[in-house]
Amino acid sequence: MVDNIKRSLLVSIWFVFLTFPLMVVKVNTLKNIVEWRWINMLWVAIGAFVLSIVWRWAMERRQLKNKKAEQGEEESVLPGFGQRLLEDPKIFKPVLIALALVTLVFPLVVDIYQTNIMVLALIFVVLGLGLNVTVGLAGLLDLGYVAFFAVGAYTYGVLNSFFGFGFWISLPLGGLMGALFGIVLGFPILRLRGDYLAIVTLGFGSIAKIVIENWEEVFNGAKGIANIPRPGFFGAEMSIHTATTYTYYLMILMVLFAIFITNRLKDSRIGRAWMALREDEIACVAMGVDMARTKLGAYAFGAFWAGLAGVIFASRNTYINPNSFTFMESALVLSIVVMGGMGSIIGVIVAALVLILMPEYLRAFAEYRMLMFGAVMVLMMIFRPEGLIANVRRKYAGRKVVTEDANARG
Amino acid sequence: MPEVSKTMPEVSKTMAEPDNVLLDVKDLTMDFGGLRAIDAVSLNVCPGEIVALIGPNGAGKTTFFNCVTGIYKPTNGAVMVHPPEGKSQKINGFKSNRVTTIGMARTFQNIRLFQNMTVLENVMIGRHCRTTTSIIGAILRGSKTRRQERETIEISYDLLEKVGLVDFADEFAKNLPYGAQRRLEIARAMATDPFLLLLDEPAAGMNPQETKALDELIVRIRDKEKISILLIEHDMKLVMNISDRIYVMEYGKEIAQGSPMDIRNNPKVIEAYLGEDADA
Ligand SMILES: Nc1ncnc2c1ncn2[C@@H]1O[C@H](COP(=O)(O)OP(=O)(O)OP(=O)(O)O)[C@@H](O)[C@H]1O
Ligand SMILES: [Mg+2]
Repeated sequence: MVDNIKRSLLVSIWFVFLTFPLMVVKVNTLKNIVEWRWINMLWVAIGAFVLSIVWRWAMERRQLKNKKAEQGEEESVLPGFGQRLLEDPKIFKPVLIALALVTLVFPLVVDIYQTNIMVLALIFVVLGLGLNVTVGLAGLLDLGYVAFFAVGAYTYGVLNSFFGFGFWISLPLGGLMGALFGIVLGFPILRLRGDYLAIVTLGFGSIAKIVIENWEEVFNGAKGIANIPRPGFFGAEMSIHTATTYTYYLMILMVLFAIFITNRLKDSRIGRAWMALREDEIACVAMGVDMARTKLGAYAFGAFWAGLAGVIFASRNTYINPNSFTFMESALVLSIVVMGGMGSIIGVIVAALVLILMPEYLRAFAEYRMLMFGAVMVLMMIFRPEGLIANVRRKYAGRKVVTEDANARG
Repeated sequence: MPEVSKTMPEVSKTMAEPDNVLLDVKDLTMDFGGLRAIDAVSLNVCPGEIVALIGPNGAGKTTFFNCVTGIYKPTNGAVMVHPPEGKSQKINGFKSNRVTTIGMARTFQNIRLFQNMTVLENVMIGRHCRTTTSIIGAILRGSKTRRQERETIEISYDLLEKVGLVDFADEFAKNLPYGAQRRLEIARAMATDPFLLLLDEPAAGMNPQETKALDELIVRIRDKEKISILLIEHDMKLVMNISDRIYVMEYGKEIAQGSPMDIRNNPKVIEAYLGEDADA
């Protein structure tokens, strides 16, 4: 322990030295003097010291854990938190009820600004759930996911401004357009893997934005499309406040819908094929799984949710322009999936809420958002590569289990 | 004289009764750039047979499997299959999922399980090509989907029972001991309802007891499940024990074929293996 403190002190002094010119010395060009900001030095020293201590502690714990795992103690003794939460109805039920209540009353107790942010967070939950299928389940890295989000948003924007289509017709159309683009863009990249796949999908994301920016006649270029109507309710007139609350509840329904459907797919022939494809493509195909079909299905399914989310995004903002669909958004959704835990539905929801709400409520940090994402990603990869909430192992109630139960009773 | 009388019925068998052959490979050749990994190798497997393919390291045995199962497209030659039900066809260049759907399933020399899926799920993947649930079907989960899912689970448990892995059904595949992983690969391949099972060194890394159990398992699969077997193996005791016929390859060429007795005494084979370790 003393050793740890000594080392951390050294680290802290080293950091003070390194950041001295940056943090302490400031040349004031107006008054032509040098300002010495000694207080910053103190902060750097304390910060580096604390971080170093935490780092050491975490590293030690990790080593201990690895050692235990090697001796085969760990996993079997303590199933993951996520698994316990799901398997124990005593914890699961009350938590679920409490969550449902909070969700229901949320827009009634907070102001419209907060509701609006929450709608955005929920949109990202849906995006995360969608990308979670492509990346987490099927293992197809997609750095251009925002393209499908844009497809959805612009489907609504264009259909509305040209043909006066309403929200409710555009919603499924946006989803279908997303899926269609997923298939079309999926074709050329079927054979790519790993880094190549990442680069090409990254390109798709950028291309989507450039096309939107430059095709003035249809997409109105950089000016964007304005006056997009909010979701309607049988043509009822709604104040902005009611409309926002209404959108919020819509989003909740949408998230539930997404959870329901992704869950069903996960526990199905299709979902298992996606996972197998992620685990070992050659073996998967050799076991009779059609690679092209399965991959395109995963792309299309992921893109479908991005399309739906895009339509809602457009209606929430009532205004879209290309700047809402940059690589930042792709990276954000990918961070959500990685942080939540590949393939884990609850993990993705938690991560989306954290990553979207945190910068909104901690305004001071908003500027350093990307920096913090980077730090969080690195830390996650080191300490919890399986994500916040690891994917739950599925158990199948087979004939064997049934007969065992019968034996136990008899 | 006895030499001749032995080969004669062999030839007439393949020639006169083509419908009594499951897999018929003729003059298969595979080049990797300038390297000829397989050079005009012919091989056939008849129903109810256990056929072994042996040879020193690097002889081209795995490459042969890869060509037959559609992982590589052979440079030359013909791979004909005659399924017990269904039409005969030439399957050169078919994708490996199509080959599997036709009814030939394989295991891998370097184990290729789905490590982060459970043992049961690994076997369930094998059922993929025999079930039909689509994305929409999986979402709606109608009665047909549920029935297929139930059957898949049932069949998979059955197979796990047959290879002795039922107790590990909910374990991750990566947590299984080595020998069990090899048996899981066999169960997964069997789940695709094959008429021919291609096993690439199933005994590699197994201890003598495990090898003995595997020996029995393979014979049982042939006798009970009516699945014919093509087997690559270095363990000569296992090969000699269970094979009906043996093909020997060296440097991509077929140097001998015949019954275990013939092969044991074939001078060419002995020579090929002399430089090798005393595996044989
Ligand atoms: N994809 C490939 N590209 C180039 N050369 C290859 C490829 N696959 C195999 N080879 C070469 O083909 C030859 C035969 O290899 P193969 O793996 O078929 O041997 P094997 O008989 O299975 O040997 P072992 O008993 O060690 O498994 C080797 O020289 C190998 O290097
Ligand atoms: Mg080999």
